[in-house]
Amino acid sequence: MKYMILIHSNPQSRGIWDGFTDAQRAEGYAEYAALGEDLASSGELIVAEALADASLTKTVTVTDGKTIPSDGPFAESKELLAGFFLIECDGMDRAVEIAARVPETELGLVEVRPIMQLSGDDV
Amino acid sequence: VSTATAIEGLLRELAPEVLGALVRRYGGFDTCEDAVQEALLAAAVQWPKDGVPENPKGWLIRVASRRRIELWRQDSARRRREETVALEAPPDPEPAPVEDDTLTLLVLCCHPSLTPISQVALTLRAVGGLTTAEIARALLVPEATVAQRISRAKQRIKASGAEFQMPPEAKRSERIAAVLHVLYLIFNEGYTASSGSRLHRVELTSEAIRLTRQLRERLPEDGEVAGLLALMLLTDARRPARTSADGALLPLAEQDRSLWDAEAIAEGVELITETLATAPIGPYQVQAAIAAVHDEAAGFEDTDWPQILALYDLLQKVAPGPMVTLNRIVAVAMVHGPLAGLEQLAEAEADPALAGHHRVDAVRAHLLDMAGDHEAARTHFREAARRTLSVPEQRYLESRATRLEP
Repeated sequence: MKYMILIHSNPQSRGIWDGFTDAQRAEGYAEYAALGEDLASSGELIVAEALADASLTKTVTVTDGKTIPSDGPFAESKELLAGFFLIECDGMDRAVEIAARVPETELGLVEVRPIMQLSGDDV
Repeated sequence: VSTATAIEGLLRELAPEVLGALVRRYGGFDTCEDAVQEALLAAAVQWPKDGVPENPKGWLIRVASRRRIELWRQDSARRRREETVALEAPPDPEPAPVEDDTLTLLVLCCHPSLTPISQVALTLRAVGGLTTAEIARALLVPEATVAQRISRAKQRIKASGAEFQMPPEAKRSERIAAVLHVLYLIFNEGYTASSGSRLHRVELTSEAIRLTRQLRERLPEDGEVAGLLALMLLTDARRPARTSADGALLPLAEQDRSLWDAEAIAEGVELITETLATAPIGPYQVQAAIAAVHDEAAGFEDTDWPQILALYDLLQKVAPGPMVTLNRIVAVAMVHGPLAGLEQLAEAEADPALAGHHRVDAVRAHLLDMAGDHEAARTHFREAARRTLSVPEQRYLESRATRLEP
């Protein structure tokens, strides 16, 4: 089973991060690095990425075949996607256990969603 | 058959035998497995150019043994300790086997210290002779992920102290059951309705059938091994009819049965008939028997539902589970009518394993549809479509809902 762990940021989490000392930030990075390494070595990691700052986002609209990129996210969202892990593991329980290691869980900013499969049983 | 395909088939046949010979000679499953993998890769490059050597197994053993020494030399910590063994001549390509290496390998790759995901990857490589890249493409995950699964699995086996030998008699049936489960997982993983990527994917269903055949050769008396092989054959036989031209999943009722593989059905039916008459009953055999009843019906309306219901009653006794409960309810509805099915579905839903499961909605939708309550059926088809994790199933459920639009 594949799962996507979605990590969001909100004004509170961004404020906390901005207020961190260098040592505290290093600790945060280390937690992420350790999680990534553990998942890679267990063979559960498919890919993990952190997203660049939301201000660098382009919203893409195609009108009459013309592509019109515009700056910024499409809504005034306070909660923004900040990064993700795509994993494959034995079930939702294990996926939740993995997600619980993401520091943002302390602020309720982490979601786990199952990924659709191409295989299917007989109907 | 092209030369490249013939060579590939030969290499995959020989892979477990070569690995078995090396592990018997030198010990150290993990290093031997790496060495064999490299020998297989070398053969896949050289043989199509230079021709297949006269003794292909001997060639692979020689190259793998040489590679093993190189790998071992890189690991200087072991050097002194193992020096004498490591430099011994390669093993005899045709030793009198004490035990069957392929069976021993299968059991080792499905070691209980590994997760099912890792058991699948290791089995496909060490016994199936597939490359890491092929496994990755077949399982739709990156190559690095598969490589890590295999290397971690080998570390775990090493740490568990497992030896390259058959487990003691008392543990054997439980370990064989684990092997059957992994082969079943491999089969199901390949039993996909998607056709787009098939060109580049190793057929996992064929691979699972090939490995289960090998297992059956080694354990001809085991009723569950035969049952699993029959189940795979009888299920895979329907594959050509399982999807429509545009790739949508077709239910049994709508499949063109003339497309079913008659040869595979004949083999599966013969196998399961013979097995049921001689071996103690088990879940794979009952599932195969159910598949056989479906496959033997000339048309959907000819299906012997009372017999299918009796088999599900039996399956619920030997291997109860939420999916068995639901499939049994469909059979109840086919025999005793949709209302009887709906009644039992309402009771079954109390099981926490089924509460909120999309399959409950899918079955309810079918039964409501049978009962003529199209509006309620549509609602439940939509709900099931919303919650399934399977793309082809979602497409099927959505089209059922759409068909019921007023």
